[in-house]
Amino acid sequence: MAELINLVLLAMLALTALRIIFLKDLFAVIMLFGIFSFLSALIFINLDAVDVAFTEASVGAGISTVLMLGTLALTGRKEKANSHSSFLPLVVVCITGAALIYGTLDMPDFGDPDNPVHQHVAPRYIEESPKEVGLPNMVTSVLASYRGFDTLGEVVVVFAALIAVLSLLSIRKETEQDASESGLKSHHVLHVVAKLVIPLIILFALYVQFHGDFGPGGGFQAGVIAAAALILYALVFGLPNAFAVIGAKFLYCMASAGVLLYASVGLFSMYKGGNFLDYNKIAAEPLAGQHYGIIIIELGVGITVFAVMLSIFYAFSSQTARSNIK
Amino acid sequence: MLFLDVISSILLISGVFFGLSGAIGIFKFPDFFTRIHAASITDSIATILIVGGLLLQTSFDLNTVKLIFILVFLMITSPTASHALAKSARHGGLLTMAEAKEKKQEKTG
Repeated sequence: MAELINLVLLAMLALTALRIIFLKDLFAVIMLFGIFSFLSALIFINLDAVDVAFTEASVGAGISTVLMLGTLALTGRKEKANSHSSFLPLVVVCITGAALIYGTLDMPDFGDPDNPVHQHVAPRYIEESPKEVGLPNMVTSVLASYRGFDTLGEVVVVFAALIAVLSLLSIRKETEQDASESGLKSHHVLHVVAKLVIPLIILFALYVQFHGDFGPGGGFQAGVIAAAALILYALVFGLPNAFAVIGAKFLYCMASAGVLLYASVGLFSMYKGGNFLDYNKIAAEPLAGQHYGIIIIELGVGITVFAVMLSIFYAFSSQTARSNIK
Repeated sequence: MLFLDVISSILLISGVFFGLSGAIGIFKFPDFFTRIHAASITDSIATILIVGGLLLQTSFDLNTVKLIFILVFLMITSPTASHALAKSARHGGLLTMAEAKEKKQEKTG
């Protein structure tokens, strides 16, 4: 049964990808990208990778769709007609694809327990992490403790993305003479429902943040969900109101504070006499130290991701508002 | 237990039927408002039926509560999304089929 579901989902994934290639209407392409992400999330769930599916659904389908729509508002809706001949690229793609398919012949069977990937470090994580880290959710143990240094790198990448976006587009606050009367101003139903739903979304984000040790979730997903709540607020009540809730300057401070919080946990463990990000030394008991360390670095991840996503949205949408006024 | 299973299957199958009919409606109906009508109404009833069917499959523990939360959340958000879509279309100047027909007749007549 699981095989059949996998096949159907993969076929739908391939169809979506083909449609994305051939469509010229970029708005529809963005929507199809959202569908693509949801389909991949379903495949991950079918493979029992709930954490990855959660990330894919919240980051891939949720926030990237919003950010790509924000970009689309700045660039225009149609793809330019391509005047180049597509013969040479087709040949290159076919040769590369054939080489890749030839490469898969040497790969071990799908789902074989004797695969190298299942024999390398995975048994150690599975057998030792309940004793060494003590978290019920093994994914969080690997992500935040065994691979804490990699995750620090990921957070720095997210932070660097913010710097890159801000060096291209600045967040402009001069939207007082709001000439572009957004069509949402008269939406009473939307206002009421948004007021009802936004606190629930933030509550859910906090649940995902602090429940990440025990179930699927963690800083990345929680930051994105909280950012989605504020993006919803900005869309329904207008950008100036959102600036009044959380200003751009404060977001910059939050984004860097999250990275600093993460790195300072590493420095603190060095100060206590361990290696960088060695949580065992943080508290008197190694297990308690692991718990403290993981909760604090997940908080750092959540703060940075939230601030970066929201500031990128601010940057895009304030540019759009400005070009509308012009 | 068997009784609950039968009811749950009936709910699930009818939910799937409504979801499918909504999907067919999106493709077959002629203009935007009739399509969103097909999508939103069947979506709501399919959500109620499918989540209701799943509720009967649980052993009435924490999962039941989570499913009820999901149901309430979907009952609030999905009609709102349809409403916002339709209202934005009106705001953007899209006419219903009847109005478009009237306008055409005024032009010709």
